[in-house]
Amino acid sequence: MTETSTVDQDSNPGADAEVHSPGTIRVLVAKLGLDGHDRGAKIVARILRDAGMEVVYTGLYKSPNEVVNAAIQEDVDVIGVSLLSGSHVPLFRELGRCLREQKAEHIFVVAGGVIPEQDYAALSDSGVDAIVPQEARADLIVTTIRNLIAARGRI
Amino acid sequence: MTAYTSSRQAKRAAYIPSIELLSGVLAGSVPAIARMISRAEGGYAEASDALAEIYRHTGKAHIVGITGVPGAGKSTLVSSLIKAFASDGYKVGVIAVDPSSPFSGGAILGDRVRMNDAAQSCQAFVRSMATRGHLGGLARSTLQAVDILDAAGYSPIIIETVGVGQDEVEVVTAAHTIVVLSAPGLGDDIQAIKAGILEIADIHAVSKCDKPEASATVSALKGMMALGTVKASAGWNPPVLPVSSVSGERIGDLKDGIGQHWAHLQESGELAERQRSMCRTRILGTARHLFQLKFNEDVEEMEKHIQAVVNRDVDPLVAAYRLLGWDSEARVA
Amino acid sequence: MNLFSAQAIEDVREKQAEWEDGELAAALKSRPEEKPAYETECGIALKRIYTAADVADIPASDLGFPGAYPFTRGAYPTMYRGRPWTIRQVAGFGNPEATNQRYKYMIQTGQTGLSTDFDLPTLLGLDSDNPMAFGEVGRVGVAIDTVDDVDRLFDGIDLEKISVSLTINPSAWVIYAMFVTVAEQRGYDLHKLTGTLQADPLKEYVAQKEWIYPVRPAVRLLRDLIMHSARTTPKINPISLSGYHLSDVGGNALQEIAFIMAFTIAYCEEVIDAGMDIDDFAPRLSFFFISHQDFFEQICKFRAARRVYAKIMSERFKAKMPESMRLRVHVQTAAMSLTKVEHHNNLMRTAIQALGAVLGGCQSMHTNGLDEAFAIPTEEAMKLAIRTQQIIREEINVTSVIDPLGGSYFVERLTSDMETEIWKVLDEVNERGGAIKLVEEGWFQQKLADSAYATFKKIDSGEKISVGVNRYVDETSGSARVHIHPYDDHCTQLQIDRLNAVRTNRDNGRVRRLLQELAQQAESDDINLLPKTIELVKARATLGEICGALRDVWGSYAEPMIV
Repeated sequence: MTETSTVDQDSNPGADAEVHSPGTIRVLVAKLGLDGHDRGAKIVARILRDAGMEVVYTGLYKSPNEVVNAAIQEDVDVIGVSLLSGSHVPLFRELGRCLREQKAEHIFVVAGGVIPEQDYAALSDSGVDAIVPQEARADLIVTTIRNLIAARGRI
Repeated sequence: MTAYTSSRQAKRAAYIPSIELLSGVLAGSVPAIARMISRAEGGYAEASDALAEIYRHTGKAHIVGITGVPGAGKSTLVSSLIKAFASDGYKVGVIAVDPSSPFSGGAILGDRVRMNDAAQSCQAFVRSMATRGHLGGLARSTLQAVDILDAAGYSPIIIETVGVGQDEVEVVTAAHTIVVLSAPGLGDDIQAIKAGILEIADIHAVSKCDKPEASATVSALKGMMALGTVKASAGWNPPVLPVSSVSGERIGDLKDGIGQHWAHLQESGELAERQRSMCRTRILGTARHLFQLKFNEDVEEMEKHIQAVVNRDVDPLVAAYRLLGWDSEARVA
Repeated sequence: MNLFSAQAIEDVREKQAEWEDGELAAALKSRPEEKPAYETECGIALKRIYTAADVADIPASDLGFPGAYPFTRGAYPTMYRGRPWTIRQVAGFGNPEATNQRYKYMIQTGQTGLSTDFDLPTLLGLDSDNPMAFGEVGRVGVAIDTVDDVDRLFDGIDLEKISVSLTINPSAWVIYAMFVTVAEQRGYDLHKLTGTLQADPLKEYVAQKEWIYPVRPAVRLLRDLIMHSARTTPKINPISLSGYHLSDVGGNALQEIAFIMAFTIAYCEEVIDAGMDIDDFAPRLSFFFISHQDFFEQICKFRAARRVYAKIMSERFKAKMPESMRLRVHVQTAAMSLTKVEHHNNLMRTAIQALGAVLGGCQSMHTNGLDEAFAIPTEEAMKLAIRTQQIIREEINVTSVIDPLGGSYFVERLTSDMETEIWKVLDEVNERGGAIKLVEEGWFQQKLADSAYATFKKIDSGEKISVGVNRYVDETSGSARVHIHPYDDHCTQLQIDRLNAVRTNRDNGRVRRLLQELAQQAESDDINLLPKTIELVKARATLGEICGALRDVWGSYAEPMIV
């Protein structure tokens, strides 16, 4: 998939930080519900930072409503949620509902963690745009996000 | 291995021209404010008219800078302040600045971990901002973000600086009231001395006042004030206020202190002076930034001057004069 | 006294030099080794071969004998000859009745101890009808709201006969109160109750991240639990110091043991400060470690941990009873080593890790189900996991000789090296002001996060091999669809209905009064909160109400920003 020129700026680590520009991708990395497993979320935060993105980390125990409010204030392009508690179906359903209610559907939702394939369709129906498998390498996570934004364009 | 992508139609969202966001910003719409800050941050050329219009609506907010060494507990303090001001009916805005990675240009912005609950429960506006290479403890567009919040009716607006020490002082010319936070038990008595930020305080806060070591830090600070190491401005002696951001203990004192300083600035007429100094710094800072942008863009012109200096044809001063289009014969070294 | 004479060591050194110049040099010339350097997972350099010369400096007293100080060779004198390790598979999901049914199935399959996982609301002290419990009730463990739920959980199970492990943390003291209340109601002798609570608060803040209160009150609750349990239920282990979770968030073997020993020291100091003698509670401290992928490193880890613990108890705390110095450990194989891709490979991984735990001398074990990386194991997966332990125990004759690898030059050297590294970390923790302070400051958290990222980078670059994932990848195998344990959607409503019934039928005035009394007691550091909690439980106060009363006093924990 091709990337737009604005997105390309992020893949240029040596670039003068002063000229960051319209292309800087902002991601909210969130933990939903009561799941305390934050190793993956924090690793993803570092991966995205090292790929030139700005990552807002929410900390643990956030409700879908709180996450959506934070995402709007931070004007992020993507909400990345890692869930290992098995409660992804109801929590993503609620997250999607909050996004629609707040008219924030321009924000992408990327899911990670432990998500069985049979739940992919349910998550997709709830508004999840991409699901990254548990064993994904760094570049897959980064390109998944870049591709989503390249397809949407900057807003 | 591939990622699963939803088969639903790709998300589409139109670019809303900044000028159309304007009415939302002035009406206090959160999504409009948030997007406008992104426009300022991204340096979108088309946003400049909207930002100019926004600026006309500013000047109402009390801008409070919070600085201090890393680990002092700035985010936790800000979170407590949000709650304290909100319970008095204030609409609090926060810009929390974190450094960008010099290697990737990316950043991890973690201040929300501490502030999210307060933001949610108090309807405060909290925005995390990366420095994007700007030095001085703030991001280049921090002040534009403050303008946007000011125009949207937020006050006080709290700026939490990066927290790296010595180069933090830019906040002095960005805020009306500067709170310097010190923490007991971080090694030295007063880390702020080392960081060179003690002198800029309008208010000293000492965190973790529930710990026994805190009183030593408070006495040390008071001692320094008595010795005149910390200079007081006319009619205002920077108070030293112990607080506990964790238990919320004595946060009310700090909130009151911030309010008193604001009243002092207004009554003493010092406010006008500070405003002028803030404007002056912003004009200069912006001009510097524009110069940099201009010369970064005009690569050929720049190359010409670089080559001349490399060849020892001219010295850097002459080259700079020429770059600026000034008469190098009239130069002053 | 050392293990070998100076002359013997001299001879070995001489012979080794000859071999290096001769056979080895020739071999290296014709075929270089695959890597320039070899090391264990935790970064200890590995030599090509170990000889007597490598263990010359290790005093024989560091090895000792099984069941005797410093316990390097085993916790008990007869080890598996006298009593095989306990097969203790953890289970918990849905309503108490659902878990109870699974217990009965596992006992029938040959499991010899029970172990309970609780759902997240229960762990975090929230009732099933709390808004934050949305979607989580009965999900990763069983849902418990009142003492009646604990009664349902152990329905038809004789608690005097089978030991019960409760994987409960911030709300552990309430679950303990419910457990003893149920035992009392059934007329059991509290002195005969056996079992273990996890109740390790410091590891929650650094690893598992399930917390309620700030660090110090959480440690105080543990202190109260340890002291109350020592007096009234002397055969219950009130804590299981859990290194497993430190590994789970990316810690290596050294961090696992060193950090857990630092926590052990902090807990012991708290209880001793409150006036209890070390020998009155130390025998009931228990441990929970991982058996991870680096086979020999893991075996040596168990041996080094026993030695370090014995020395801490004897030298630092002046314990007198051998039981106070004996480290007893429950082991779980490494869930994070399991893969979704070609998930049958997980059976092999788990079997090898389980063998390592046995050679390292564990007292009880949970072997992961092959689907454990992505779901609550199905009955079929659990059965295979139990069978894995039974095959090791009954078919391959590894239990006849105690510490069969003891005396291996390599194993003794690595055990000793690991011990040295663990002491270094413990010294640093001491210098920096102790474990509690460092947890508050996020010191451990940062070390573990850094280690996790480093490991991820190694996997990402292919340096660390995961068969089927980043080596020998078979694009056609993909990740198999597996049968996932179903979630019972009615679970939440049932719990909520029961809560409503309890709240309607109890003496609410009394519950309110008792909750106020508990909150008052919590203001002072000197009162043990267990008796009042037990009173509350008997009055049918809910878990959420009890935890909430103390949250009002102590506040909630605010996590430090560590990425």
